[in-house]
Amino acid sequence: MAHFDENAKPFGNKWLDERIGLNTLTRVLQTEYWIPKDINFLWAMGMVLAATFGVLLLSGIFLLMYYKPDANLAFDSVNYTIMTEVGYGWLWRHVHGVGASIVFLIIYIHMFTGIYYGSYKRGRELIWLSGMALFVAFSAEAFSGYMLPWGQMSYWAGMVITNLFSLGSIEAYGLVEWIRGDYVPGDAYLTRFFMLHVLLIPLVIIGLIVLHFGTLRLPHVNNQEGEDFDYKEAADLYKAGKVKESKVIPFSPVFLSKDIFVMGVYFILFFYLVFYNFEFAMDPVNFDPADGLKTPAHIYPEWYFLWSYEILRPFNKDIGLIAFGVAQAALFFLPFIDRSPVVAPAHKRKLFNIWFWALVVIMIALTALGKLPPEGIYNDLGLFFAVAFLCMGPLLVWITIKEKNEMKGA
Amino acid sequence: MEKERRDFMGLGLGVFTAVGGIGALYAMKRTWDPLPSVKAAGFTTIDLAGAKDNELTVEKWRGKPIFVLKKAADMKKDPRDIVINNEHYHVSVGLCTHLGCIPAYKKDDHKFLCACHGGEFDVSGRQIFGPPPSPLVIPPFKIDGTKLVLGEEGPEFKKMKDAGLIA
Repeated sequence: MAHFDENAKPFGNKWLDERIGLNTLTRVLQTEYWIPKDINFLWAMGMVLAATFGVLLLSGIFLLMYYKPDANLAFDSVNYTIMTEVGYGWLWRHVHGVGASIVFLIIYIHMFTGIYYGSYKRGRELIWLSGMALFVAFSAEAFSGYMLPWGQMSYWAGMVITNLFSLGSIEAYGLVEWIRGDYVPGDAYLTRFFMLHVLLIPLVIIGLIVLHFGTLRLPHVNNQEGEDFDYKEAADLYKAGKVKESKVIPFSPVFLSKDIFVMGVYFILFFYLVFYNFEFAMDPVNFDPADGLKTPAHIYPEWYFLWSYEILRPFNKDIGLIAFGVAQAALFFLPFIDRSPVVAPAHKRKLFNIWFWALVVIMIALTALGKLPPEGIYNDLGLFFAVAFLCMGPLLVWITIKEKNEMKGA
Repeated sequence: MEKERRDFMGLGLGVFTAVGGIGALYAMKRTWDPLPSVKAAGFTTIDLAGAKDNELTVEKWRGKPIFVLKKAADMKKDPRDIVINNEHYHVSVGLCTHLGCIPAYKKDDHKFLCACHGGEFDVSGRQIFGPPPSPLVIPPFKIDGTKLVLGEEGPEFKKMKDAGLIA
Protein backbone atom coordinates (compact mmCIF):
# COMPACT_ATOMS: atom_id res chain seq x y z
CA MET A 1 0.00 0.00 0.00
CA ALA A 2 1.45 3.24 -1.10
CA HIS A 3 2.02 5.85 1.51
CA PHE A 4 0.71 9.33 1.00
CA ASP A 5 1.85 12.12 3.27
CA GLU A 6 -1.27 13.91 4.51
CA ASN A 7 0.69 17.07 5.11
CA ALA A 8 2.42 17.30 1.72
CA LYS A 9 1.76 20.63 0.04
CA PRO A 10 -0.57 20.11 -2.96
CA PHE A 11 1.37 20.23 -6.24
CA GLY A 12 4.60 20.53 -4.30
CA ASN A 13 7.60 18.33 -5.11
CA LYS A 14 6.79 15.66 -2.51
CA TRP A 15 3.09 15.64 -3.34
CA LEU A 16 3.82 15.13 -7.05
CA ASP A 17 6.54 12.55 -6.39
CA GLU A 18 4.14 10.41 -4.41
CA ARG A 19 1.55 10.58 -7.18
CA ILE A 20 3.49 10.43 -10.50
CA GLY A 21 7.05 9.56 -9.42
CA LEU A 22 8.34 12.98 -10.36
CA ASN A 23 11.82 12.51 -8.90
CA THR A 24 12.30 9.17 -10.65
CA LEU A 25 11.17 10.67 -13.95
CA THR A 26 13.51 13.64 -13.58
CA ARG A 27 16.40 11.33 -12.74
CA VAL A 28 15.81 8.83 -15.56
CA LEU A 29 15.02 11.37 -18.28
CA GLN A 30 17.15 14.32 -17.27
CA THR A 31 19.65 14.58 -14.45
CA GLU A 32 20.95 11.00 -14.72
CA TYR A 33 20.51 10.48 -18.44
CA TRP A 34 24.20 10.63 -19.33
CA ILE A 35 25.55 12.17 -22.50
CA PRO A 36 29.22 11.75 -23.43
CA LYS A 37 31.38 14.88 -23.41
CA ASP A 38 33.30 13.96 -26.54
CA ILE A 39 30.74 15.20 -29.06
CA ASN A 40 30.34 18.23 -31.31
CA PHE A 41 27.57 20.49 -32.59
CA LEU A 42 26.30 17.75 -34.91
CA TRP A 43 24.96 15.99 -31.81
CA ALA A 44 22.52 18.87 -31.34
CA MET A 45 20.63 18.11 -34.58
CA GLY A 46 18.17 15.81 -32.82
CA MET A 47 16.89 18.56 -30.56
CA VAL A 48 17.03 21.04 -33.46
CA LEU A 49 14.70 18.67 -35.33
CA ALA A 50 12.39 18.35 -32.35
CA ALA A 51 12.22 22.15 -32.07
CA THR A 52 11.57 22.51 -35.82
CA PHE A 53 8.76 19.98 -35.56
CA GLY A 54 7.33 22.10 -32.75
CA VAL A 55 7.49 25.21 -34.94
CA LEU A 56 5.77 23.34 -37.80
CA LEU A 57 3.04 22.15 -35.44
CA LEU A 58 2.44 25.63 -34.08
CA SER A 59 2.38 27.37 -37.47
CA GLY A 60 0.20 24.55 -38.81
CA ILE A 61 -2.40 25.10 -36.09
CA PHE A 62 -2.80 28.72 -37.14
CA LEU A 63 -2.95 27.88 -40.87
CA LEU A 64 -5.64 25.32 -40.07
CA MET A 65 -7.96 28.08 -38.82
CA TYR A 66 -8.49 29.57 -42.29
CA TYR A 67 -7.52 26.79 -44.68
CA LYS A 68 -10.45 25.21 -46.59
CA PRO A 69 -9.97 21.61 -47.74
CA ASP A 70 -12.15 21.90 -50.84
CA ALA A 71 -10.94 21.70 -54.45
CA ASN A 72 -12.81 24.92 -55.28
CA LEU A 73 -11.82 26.91 -52.21
CA ALA A 74 -8.39 25.64 -51.16
CA PHE A 75 -6.27 27.72 -53.52
CA ASP A 76 -7.93 31.02 -52.58
CA SER A 77 -8.08 30.21 -48.89
CA VAL A 78 -4.28 29.96 -48.93
CA ASN A 79 -3.25 32.55 -51.50
CA TYR A 80 -5.94 35.11 -50.87
CA THR A 81 -7.39 34.70 -47.35
CA ILE A 82 -4.34 33.55 -45.41
CA MET A 83 -1.79 35.56 -47.38
CA THR A 84 -3.60 38.88 -47.68
CA GLU A 85 -6.47 39.06 -45.21
CA VAL A 86 -5.57 37.15 -42.06
CA GLY A 87 -3.41 39.23 -39.72
CA TYR A 88 0.11 37.75 -39.87
CA GLY A 89 -1.26 34.86 -41.94
CA TRP A 90 1.76 35.25 -44.23
CA LEU A 91 4.01 34.64 -41.23
CA TRP A 92 2.51 31.22 -40.46
CA ARG A 93 2.61 30.23 -44.10
CA HIS A 94 6.23 31.23 -44.61
CA VAL A 95 7.28 29.65 -41.32
CA HIS A 96 5.45 26.45 -42.34
CA GLY A 97 6.88 26.41 -45.87
CA VAL A 98 10.45 27.25 -44.88
CA GLY A 99 10.22 24.86 -41.91
CA ALA A 100 9.07 21.99 -44.14
CA SER A 101 12.06 22.53 -46.41
CA ILE A 102 14.70 23.14 -43.73
CA VAL A 103 13.55 20.22 -41.60
CA PHE A 104 14.76 17.92 -44.41
CA LEU A 105 18.15 19.65 -44.54
CA ILE A 106 18.57 18.94 -40.82
CA ILE A 107 17.24 15.38 -41.23
CA TYR A 108 19.87 14.70 -43.90
CA ILE A 109 22.64 16.20 -41.72
CA HIS A 110 21.38 14.11 -38.79
CA MET A 111 21.34 10.94 -40.93
CA PHE A 112 24.75 11.48 -42.45
CA THR A 113 26.20 12.26 -39.02
CA GLY A 114 24.91 8.86 -37.91
CA ILE A 115 26.45 7.16 -40.94
CA TYR A 116 29.77 8.99 -40.58
CA TYR A 117 30.26 7.99 -36.95
CA GLY A 118 28.80 4.48 -37.30
CA SER A 119 26.06 5.32 -34.81
CA TYR A 120 23.74 2.57 -36.00
CA LYS A 121 25.70 -0.37 -34.64
CA ARG A 122 26.44 -1.98 -31.27
CA GLY A 123 22.99 -1.72 -29.67
CA ARG A 124 21.94 1.33 -31.67
CA GLU A 125 20.14 -0.52 -34.50
CA LEU A 126 16.69 0.47 -33.26
CA ILE A 127 17.72 4.12 -33.13
CA TRP A 128 18.54 3.93 -36.83
CA LEU A 129 15.37 2.01 -37.73
CA SER A 130 13.03 4.31 -35.81
CA GLY A 131 14.88 7.27 -37.33
CA MET A 132 14.36 5.91 -40.83
CA ALA A 133 10.67 5.36 -40.02
CA LEU A 134 10.56 9.03 -39.02
CA PHE A 135 12.17 9.97 -42.33
CA VAL A 136 9.42 8.09 -44.18
CA ALA A 137 6.70 9.66 -42.02
CA PHE A 138 8.15 13.15 -42.56
CA SER A 139 8.28 12.46 -46.32
CA ALA A 140 4.60 11.46 -46.31
CA GLU A 141 3.80 14.54 -44.22
CA ALA A 142 5.67 16.79 -46.65
CA PHE A 143 3.97 15.26 -49.66
CA SER A 144 0.45 15.44 -48.20
CA GLY A 145 1.05 19.02 -47.12
CA TYR A 146 2.28 19.92 -50.59
CA MET A 147 -1.17 18.95 -51.94
CA LEU A 148 -3.07 21.41 -49.79
CA PRO A 149 -2.56 24.79 -51.59
CA TRP A 150 -4.03 22.99 -54.66
CA GLY A 151 -1.78 24.75 -57.17
CA GLN A 152 -0.39 23.30 -60.38
CA MET A 153 2.57 21.62 -58.65
CA SER A 154 0.27 20.20 -55.97
CA TYR A 155 -1.99 18.65 -58.59
CA TRP A 156 0.71 17.26 -60.85
CA ALA A 157 2.94 16.02 -58.04
CA GLY A 158 -0.18 14.26 -56.73
CA MET A 159 -0.86 12.80 -60.17
CA VAL A 160 2.68 11.48 -60.63
CA ILE A 161 3.19 10.14 -57.10
CA THR A 162 -0.16 8.35 -56.91
CA ASN A 163 0.55 6.84 -60.34
CA LEU A 164 3.60 5.12 -58.81
CA PHE A 165 1.06 2.83 -57.13
CA SER A 166 -0.01 1.43 -60.51
CA LEU A 167 3.19 -0.60 -59.98
CA GLY A 168 4.40 -0.52 -63.58
CA SER A 169 3.36 -3.42 -65.76
CA ILE A 170 1.04 -4.70 -63.04
CA GLU A 171 -1.19 -1.76 -64.10
CA ALA A 172 -3.01 -1.55 -60.78
CA TYR A 173 -5.04 1.49 -61.87
CA GLY A 174 -7.88 0.32 -59.60
CA LEU A 175 -5.52 0.82 -56.66
CA VAL A 176 -4.53 4.28 -57.94
CA GLU A 177 -8.20 5.30 -58.31
CA TRP A 178 -8.91 3.90 -54.86
CA ILE A 179 -6.13 5.96 -53.32
CA ARG A 180 -7.42 9.08 -55.12
CA GLY A 181 -11.11 8.37 -54.66
CA ASP A 182 -11.47 9.57 -58.26
CA TYR A 183 -10.09 8.99 -61.75
CA VAL A 184 -7.79 11.97 -61.24
CA PRO A 185 -6.82 13.96 -58.13
CA GLY A 186 -10.02 15.81 -57.18
CA ASP A 187 -12.03 16.90 -54.19
CA ALA A 188 -12.12 13.49 -52.49
CA TYR A 189 -8.36 13.27 -52.98
CA LEU A 190 -7.71 16.70 -51.46
CA THR A 191 -9.83 16.10 -48.37
CA ARG A 192 -8.28 12.72 -47.60
CA PHE A 193 -4.77 14.08 -47.92
CA PHE A 194 -5.84 16.96 -45.70
CA MET A 195 -6.89 14.42 -43.08
CA LEU A 196 -3.57 12.59 -43.41
CA HIS A 197 -1.60 15.82 -43.16
CA VAL A 198 -3.28 17.33 -40.13
CA LEU A 199 -4.14 14.24 -38.09
CA LEU A 200 -3.02 10.74 -38.94
CA ILE A 201 0.58 11.34 -40.01
CA PRO A 202 1.34 13.87 -37.23
CA LEU A 203 0.06 11.31 -34.70
CA VAL A 204 2.37 8.69 -36.20
CA ILE A 205 5.27 11.17 -36.15
CA ILE A 206 4.72 12.02 -32.48
CA GLY A 207 4.58 8.32 -31.61
CA LEU A 208 7.76 7.64 -33.57
CA ILE A 209 9.59 10.55 -31.90
CA VAL A 210 8.79 9.04 -28.50
CA LEU A 211 10.02 5.65 -29.74
CA HIS A 212 13.16 7.24 -31.24
CA PHE A 213 14.00 8.88 -27.89
CA GLY A 214 13.22 5.63 -26.12
CA THR A 215 15.61 3.60 -28.28
CA LEU A 216 18.36 6.07 -27.38
CA ARG A 217 18.07 5.85 -23.62
CA LEU A 218 19.79 2.51 -22.96
CA PRO A 219 22.55 2.39 -25.63
CA HIS A 220 23.23 6.14 -25.12
CA VAL A 221 24.34 8.43 -27.93
CA ASN A 222 27.58 7.63 -29.72
CA ASN A 223 30.63 9.89 -29.31
CA GLN A 224 33.23 11.33 -31.69
CA GLU A 225 35.62 8.38 -31.34
CA GLY A 226 33.01 5.63 -31.06
CA GLU A 227 34.52 4.90 -27.62
CA ASP A 228 32.72 2.23 -25.62
CA PHE A 229 33.30 3.28 -22.00
CA ASP A 230 31.73 2.35 -18.68
CA TYR A 231 28.81 4.73 -18.22
CA LYS A 232 28.29 3.72 -14.61
CA GLU A 233 31.85 4.51 -13.68
CA ALA A 234 31.73 7.85 -15.53
CA ALA A 235 28.37 8.70 -13.95
CA ASP A 236 29.66 7.90 -10.44
CA LEU A 237 32.62 10.23 -11.00
CA TYR A 238 30.26 13.00 -12.09
CA LYS A 239 27.95 12.46 -9.12
CA ALA A 240 30.94 12.45 -6.76
CA GLY A 241 31.67 15.99 -7.93
CA LYS A 242 34.58 15.04 -10.20
CA VAL A 243 32.88 16.74 -13.11
CA LYS A 244 36.14 17.43 -14.95
CA GLU A 245 37.42 13.85 -14.77
CA SER A 246 34.11 12.29 -15.79
CA LYS A 247 33.47 11.44 -19.43
CA VAL A 248 29.79 12.33 -19.20
CA ILE A 249 27.39 15.17 -18.50
CA PRO A 250 23.69 14.96 -17.62
CA PHE A 251 21.22 15.47 -20.48
CA SER A 252 19.46 18.21 -18.55
CA PRO A 253 20.41 20.87 -17.71
CA VAL A 254 24.01 20.59 -19.01
CA PHE A 255 23.72 19.03 -22.48
CA LEU A 256 20.41 20.75 -23.13
CA SER A 257 21.95 24.16 -22.57
CA LYS A 258 24.50 23.38 -25.30
CA ASP A 259 21.63 22.22 -27.50
CA ILE A 260 19.83 25.45 -26.89
CA PHE A 261 22.90 27.42 -27.92
CA VAL A 262 23.02 25.52 -31.25
CA MET A 263 19.25 26.01 -31.60
CA GLY A 264 19.78 29.73 -31.10
CA VAL A 265 22.25 29.90 -33.98
CA TYR A 266 19.95 27.71 -36.07
CA PHE A 267 16.85 29.81 -35.47
CA ILE A 268 18.69 32.99 -36.46
CA LEU A 269 19.31 31.36 -39.85
CA PHE A 270 15.78 29.95 -39.88
CA PHE A 271 14.04 33.27 -39.32
CA TYR A 272 16.42 35.04 -41.67
CA LEU A 273 15.08 32.67 -44.34
CA VAL A 274 11.47 33.13 -43.21
CA PHE A 275 11.63 36.90 -43.39
CA TYR A 276 14.07 37.63 -46.20
CA ASN A 277 14.55 34.55 -48.36
CA PHE A 278 11.41 32.42 -48.24
CA GLU A 279 11.05 32.15 -52.04
CA PHE A 280 13.14 28.99 -52.24
CA ALA A 281 10.36 27.15 -50.40
CA MET A 282 7.57 28.61 -52.56
CA ASP A 283 7.57 27.17 -56.06
CA PRO A 284 6.27 29.90 -58.42
CA VAL A 285 4.42 27.27 -60.51
CA ASN A 286 2.30 26.45 -57.47
CA PHE A 287 0.85 29.96 -57.57
CA ASP A 288 -1.22 28.87 -60.58
CA PRO A 289 -4.40 27.06 -59.54
CA ALA A 290 -4.57 23.31 -60.20
CA ASP A 291 -5.54 22.54 -63.80
CA GLY A 292 -6.04 18.94 -64.88
CA LEU A 293 -5.75 19.88 -68.55
CA LYS A 294 -2.37 21.57 -68.42
CA THR A 295 0.90 20.02 -67.22
CA PRO A 296 3.55 22.58 -66.25
CA ALA A 297 6.55 22.60 -68.60
CA HIS A 298 8.83 21.01 -66.01
CA ILE A 299 7.67 18.94 -63.10
CA TYR A 300 10.12 18.34 -60.32
CA PRO A 301 9.64 17.75 -56.62
CA GLU A 302 11.02 19.88 -53.80
CA TRP A 303 14.79 19.62 -53.45
CA TYR A 304 14.69 16.96 -50.71
CA PHE A 305 13.01 14.39 -52.99
CA LEU A 306 15.12 15.10 -56.07
CA TRP A 307 17.68 12.35 -55.53
CA SER A 308 15.08 9.58 -55.36
CA TYR A 309 13.09 11.13 -58.22
CA GLU A 310 16.22 11.11 -60.36
CA ILE A 311 16.60 7.37 -59.77
CA LEU A 312 13.18 6.86 -61.45
CA ARG A 313 14.05 8.81 -64.55
CA PRO A 314 16.80 7.13 -66.55
CA PHE A 315 15.20 3.68 -66.65
CA ASN A 316 12.09 2.28 -68.33
CA LYS A 317 8.99 2.21 -66.14
CA ASP A 318 9.38 -1.16 -64.44
CA ILE A 319 13.12 -1.05 -63.79
CA GLY A 320 12.76 2.59 -62.72
CA LEU A 321 10.15 1.63 -60.16
CA ILE A 322 12.23 -1.26 -58.84
CA ALA A 323 15.33 0.96 -58.61
CA PHE A 324 13.25 3.60 -56.84
CA GLY A 325 11.86 1.03 -54.39
CA VAL A 326 15.32 -0.38 -53.66
CA ALA A 327 16.71 3.13 -53.13
CA GLN A 328 13.93 3.98 -50.66
CA ALA A 329 14.34 0.77 -48.68
CA ALA A 330 18.12 0.35 -48.85
CA LEU A 331 19.03 2.86 -46.14
CA PHE A 332 16.77 1.06 -43.66
CA PHE A 333 19.04 -1.96 -43.79
CA LEU A 334 22.25 -0.06 -43.13
CA PRO A 335 22.89 -1.64 -39.69
CA PHE A 336 22.67 -5.06 -41.33
CA ILE A 337 24.51 -4.25 -44.56
CA ASP A 338 27.47 -2.93 -42.57
CA ARG A 339 29.14 -6.18 -41.50
CA SER A 340 32.02 -4.59 -39.62
CA PRO A 341 31.88 -4.31 -35.82
CA VAL A 342 34.01 -1.14 -35.94
CA VAL A 343 32.30 1.90 -34.47
CA ALA A 344 34.56 4.80 -35.39
CA PRO A 345 34.37 8.02 -37.38
CA ALA A 346 34.75 7.50 -41.13
CA HIS A 347 38.07 9.35 -41.32
CA LYS A 348 39.62 6.51 -39.28
CA ARG A 349 38.22 3.77 -41.49
CA LYS A 350 40.09 4.01 -44.83
CA LEU A 351 37.76 2.36 -47.40
CA PHE A 352 34.63 3.26 -45.48
CA ASN A 353 35.71 6.90 -45.57
CA ILE A 354 35.90 6.78 -49.38
CA TRP A 355 32.53 5.01 -49.47
CA PHE A 356 30.93 7.64 -47.24
CA TRP A 357 32.11 10.61 -49.30
CA ALA A 358 31.23 8.81 -52.54
CA LEU A 359 27.69 8.40 -51.17
CA VAL A 360 27.52 12.12 -50.34
CA VAL A 361 28.76 13.04 -53.85
CA ILE A 362 26.28 10.65 -55.52
CA MET A 363 23.34 11.99 -53.53
CA ILE A 364 24.28 15.61 -54.33
CA ALA A 365 24.79 14.75 -58.03
CA LEU A 366 21.40 12.99 -58.19
CA THR A 367 19.79 15.98 -56.47
CA ALA A 368 21.30 18.42 -58.97
CA LEU A 369 20.38 16.24 -61.98
CA GLY A 370 16.82 15.84 -60.72
CA LYS A 371 16.34 19.57 -61.14
CA LEU A 372 17.78 19.68 -64.69
CA PRO A 373 15.58 18.86 -67.70
CA PRO A 374 15.75 15.20 -68.86
CA GLU A 375 17.71 15.88 -72.05
CA GLY A 376 21.00 14.88 -73.69
CA ILE A 377 24.00 14.49 -71.41
CA TYR A 378 21.84 14.84 -68.27
CA ASN A 379 20.13 11.55 -69.13
CA ASP A 380 23.49 9.77 -69.33
CA LEU A 381 24.78 11.33 -66.13
CA GLY A 382 21.49 10.48 -64.42
CA LEU A 383 21.84 6.84 -65.44
CA PHE A 384 25.47 6.75 -64.29
CA PHE A 385 24.75 8.15 -60.82
CA ALA A 386 21.57 6.09 -60.38
CA VAL A 387 23.50 2.90 -61.11
CA ALA A 388 26.35 4.11 -58.88
CA PHE A 389 23.87 4.66 -56.04
CA LEU A 390 22.47 1.14 -56.42
CA CYS A 391 26.02 -0.29 -56.32
CA MET A 392 26.79 1.40 -53.00
CA GLY A 393 24.94 -1.24 -50.94
CA PRO A 394 26.83 -4.32 -52.24
CA LEU A 395 30.02 -2.26 -52.10
CA LEU A 396 29.49 -1.55 -48.40
CA VAL A 397 28.98 -5.25 -47.69
CA TRP A 398 32.33 -6.00 -49.37
CA ILE A 399 34.17 -3.12 -47.64
CA THR A 400 32.91 -3.97 -44.18
CA ILE A 401 33.55 -7.71 -44.53
CA LYS A 402 37.11 -6.83 -45.57
CA GLU A 403 37.43 -4.52 -42.55
CA LYS A 404 36.15 -7.26 -40.25
CA ASN A 405 38.65 -9.78 -41.63
CA GLU A 406 41.53 -7.30 -41.29
CA MET A 407 40.60 -6.82 -37.65
CA LYS A 408 40.70 -10.55 -37.06
CA GLY A 409 44.06 -10.79 -38.79
CA ALA A 410 45.61 -7.95 -36.79
CA MET B 1 -9.44 -27.27 -16.19
CA GLU B 2 -8.92 -23.61 -15.28
CA LYS B 3 -6.34 -23.25 -18.05
CA GLU B 4 -8.64 -24.73 -20.68
CA ARG B 5 -11.38 -22.36 -19.64
CA ARG B 6 -9.06 -19.37 -19.96
CA ASP B 7 -7.78 -20.57 -23.32
CA PHE B 8 -11.36 -20.91 -24.54
CA MET B 9 -12.23 -17.41 -23.34
CA GLY B 10 -9.08 -16.04 -24.96
CA LEU B 11 -9.93 -17.75 -28.22
CA GLY B 12 -13.54 -16.54 -28.07
CA LEU B 13 -12.42 -12.96 -27.45
CA GLY B 14 -9.81 -13.22 -30.21
CA VAL B 15 -12.27 -14.49 -32.82
CA PHE B 16 -14.92 -11.97 -31.81
CA THR B 17 -12.56 -8.99 -32.04
CA ALA B 18 -10.99 -10.31 -35.25
CA VAL B 19 -14.42 -10.42 -36.93
CA GLY B 20 -15.12 -6.90 -35.73
CA GLY B 21 -11.70 -5.77 -36.88
CA ILE B 22 -12.15 -7.22 -40.36
CA GLY B 23 -15.57 -5.55 -40.58
CA ALA B 24 -14.05 -2.22 -39.60
CA LEU B 25 -11.26 -2.60 -42.17
CA TYR B 26 -13.84 -3.33 -44.87
CA ALA B 27 -15.80 -0.21 -43.88
CA MET B 28 -12.58 1.84 -44.04
CA LYS B 29 -11.72 0.44 -47.47
CA ARG B 30 -15.20 1.30 -48.76
CA THR B 31 -14.97 4.82 -47.37
CA TRP B 32 -11.83 5.36 -49.48
CA ASP B 33 -13.59 4.10 -52.65
CA PRO B 34 -14.53 6.64 -55.35
CA LEU B 35 -18.09 7.88 -54.74
CA PRO B 36 -20.93 6.62 -56.97
CA SER B 37 -21.48 10.18 -58.20
CA VAL B 38 -17.84 10.33 -59.32
CA LYS B 39 -18.16 7.01 -61.14
CA ALA B 40 -21.48 7.93 -62.77
CA ALA B 41 -20.23 11.13 -64.39
CA GLY B 42 -18.57 9.11 -67.11
CA PHE B 43 -19.91 10.14 -70.57
CA THR B 44 -18.79 13.03 -72.76
CA THR B 45 -19.70 13.78 -76.37
CA ILE B 46 -17.20 15.55 -78.59
CA ASP B 47 -17.66 16.75 -82.17
CA LEU B 48 -14.86 16.04 -84.62
CA ALA B 49 -16.32 18.13 -87.46
CA GLY B 50 -14.40 21.24 -86.49
CA ALA B 51 -10.97 19.54 -86.19
CA LYS B 52 -8.18 20.98 -88.36
CA ASP B 53 -5.22 19.11 -89.85
CA ASN B 54 -2.23 18.66 -87.52
CA GLU B 55 -3.81 20.83 -84.84
CA LEU B 56 -4.25 19.27 -81.42
CA THR B 57 -7.43 19.97 -79.47
CA VAL B 58 -7.81 18.83 -75.89
CA GLU B 59 -11.18 17.76 -74.51
CA LYS B 60 -12.04 16.61 -71.01
CA TRP B 61 -13.44 13.23 -69.99
CA ARG B 62 -13.59 11.93 -66.39
CA GLY B 63 -11.30 14.79 -65.41
CA LYS B 64 -8.67 13.58 -67.84
CA PRO B 65 -7.48 15.42 -70.93
CA ILE B 66 -8.44 13.79 -74.26
CA PHE B 67 -6.20 14.42 -77.26
CA VAL B 68 -7.93 14.87 -80.61
CA LEU B 69 -5.59 15.19 -83.57
CA LYS B 70 -6.80 15.18 -87.16
CA LYS B 71 -4.06 13.73 -89.32
CA ALA B 72 -2.91 15.65 -92.38
CA ALA B 73 -2.36 13.72 -95.63
CA ASP B 74 1.41 13.45 -95.05
CA MET B 75 1.08 12.01 -91.55
CA LYS B 76 1.50 8.31 -90.90
CA LYS B 77 -1.76 6.33 -90.76
CA ASP B 78 -2.20 3.69 -88.08
CA PRO B 79 -4.71 0.95 -87.17
CA ARG B 80 -5.24 2.92 -83.93
CA ASP B 81 -6.74 5.81 -85.89
CA ILE B 82 -10.44 6.52 -85.70
CA VAL B 83 -11.65 6.85 -89.29
CA ILE B 84 -14.72 8.96 -90.04
CA ASN B 85 -15.59 9.84 -93.68
CA ASN B 86 -12.09 8.74 -94.74
CA GLU B 87 -10.48 11.24 -92.38
CA HIS B 88 -8.02 9.80 -89.87
CA TYR B 89 -8.13 11.01 -86.28
CA HIS B 90 -5.90 10.15 -83.37
CA VAL B 91 -7.94 10.21 -80.13
CA SER B 92 -6.33 9.23 -76.83
CA VAL B 93 -6.21 9.93 -73.11
CA GLY B 94 -3.60 12.70 -72.96
CA LEU B 95 -1.69 11.29 -70.01
CA CYS B 96 1.77 9.84 -70.40
CA THR B 97 1.66 6.09 -69.71
CA HIS B 98 4.76 6.44 -67.57
CA LEU B 99 3.45 8.46 -64.64
CA GLY B 100 0.55 10.50 -65.95
CA CYS B 101 1.87 13.93 -67.02
CA ILE B 102 0.32 15.55 -70.10
CA PRO B 103 2.69 15.35 -73.05
CA ALA B 104 2.97 18.47 -75.20
CA TYR B 105 2.34 18.22 -78.96
CA LYS B 106 5.28 19.32 -81.09
CA LYS B 107 3.49 20.34 -84.27
CA ASP B 108 6.55 20.52 -86.54
CA ASP B 109 8.15 17.28 -85.35
CA HIS B 110 4.82 15.39 -85.41
CA LYS B 111 5.33 13.96 -81.94
CA PHE B 112 4.24 14.24 -78.31
CA LEU B 113 6.92 15.07 -75.76
CA CYS B 114 6.45 14.53 -72.01
CA ALA B 115 8.41 17.04 -69.96
CA CYS B 116 8.35 14.99 -66.76
CA HIS B 117 10.67 12.15 -67.66
CA GLY B 118 11.41 12.74 -71.33
CA GLY B 119 9.01 10.20 -72.88
CA GLU B 120 8.00 10.64 -76.55
CA PHE B 121 5.06 9.38 -78.62
CA ASP B 122 4.40 9.57 -82.36
CA VAL B 123 1.18 10.98 -83.90
CA SER B 124 -0.55 7.65 -83.39
CA GLY B 125 0.29 7.72 -79.68
CA ARG B 126 2.90 4.99 -79.95
CA GLN B 127 5.85 5.36 -77.58
CA ILE B 128 9.07 6.05 -79.45
CA PHE B 129 11.52 7.15 -76.76
CA GLY B 130 12.09 7.16 -72.99
CA PRO B 131 10.39 5.40 -70.09
CA PRO B 132 6.73 5.06 -71.27
CA PRO B 133 5.96 1.31 -71.38
CA SER B 134 2.92 1.47 -73.67
CA PRO B 135 1.13 3.73 -76.18
CA LEU B 136 -1.25 6.50 -75.13
CA VAL B 137 -4.52 4.86 -74.09
CA ILE B 138 -7.53 5.06 -76.41
CA PRO B 139 -10.65 5.79 -74.35
CA PRO B 140 -13.85 3.79 -74.90
CA PHE B 141 -15.74 5.54 -77.74
CA LYS B 142 -18.80 5.19 -79.94
CA ILE B 143 -19.01 6.89 -83.32
CA ASP B 144 -22.21 8.84 -83.85
CA GLY B 145 -22.09 10.70 -87.20
CA THR B 146 -19.17 13.10 -86.81
CA LYS B 147 -19.54 12.92 -83.05
CA LEU B 148 -17.76 10.70 -80.59
CA VAL B 149 -19.35 9.50 -77.34
CA LEU B 150 -16.59 8.84 -74.81
CA GLY B 151 -17.21 6.28 -72.08
CA GLU B 152 -19.33 4.00 -74.30
CA GLU B 153 -17.87 1.03 -76.17
CA GLY B 154 -18.97 1.15 -79.83
CA PRO B 155 -18.25 -1.58 -82.43
CA GLU B 156 -15.13 0.24 -83.73
CA PHE B 157 -13.70 0.45 -80.23
CA LYS B 158 -14.47 -3.21 -79.55
CA LYS B 159 -12.67 -4.15 -82.75
CA MET B 160 -9.58 -2.20 -81.62
CA LYS B 161 -9.81 -3.73 -78.17
CA ASP B 162 -9.97 -7.27 -79.58
CA ALA B 163 -6.93 -6.49 -81.73
CA GLY B 164 -5.08 -5.32 -78.61
CA LEU B 165 -4.61 -1.81 -79.94
CA ILE B 166 -6.14 0.42 -77.29
CA ALA B 167 -3.05 0.70 -75.08
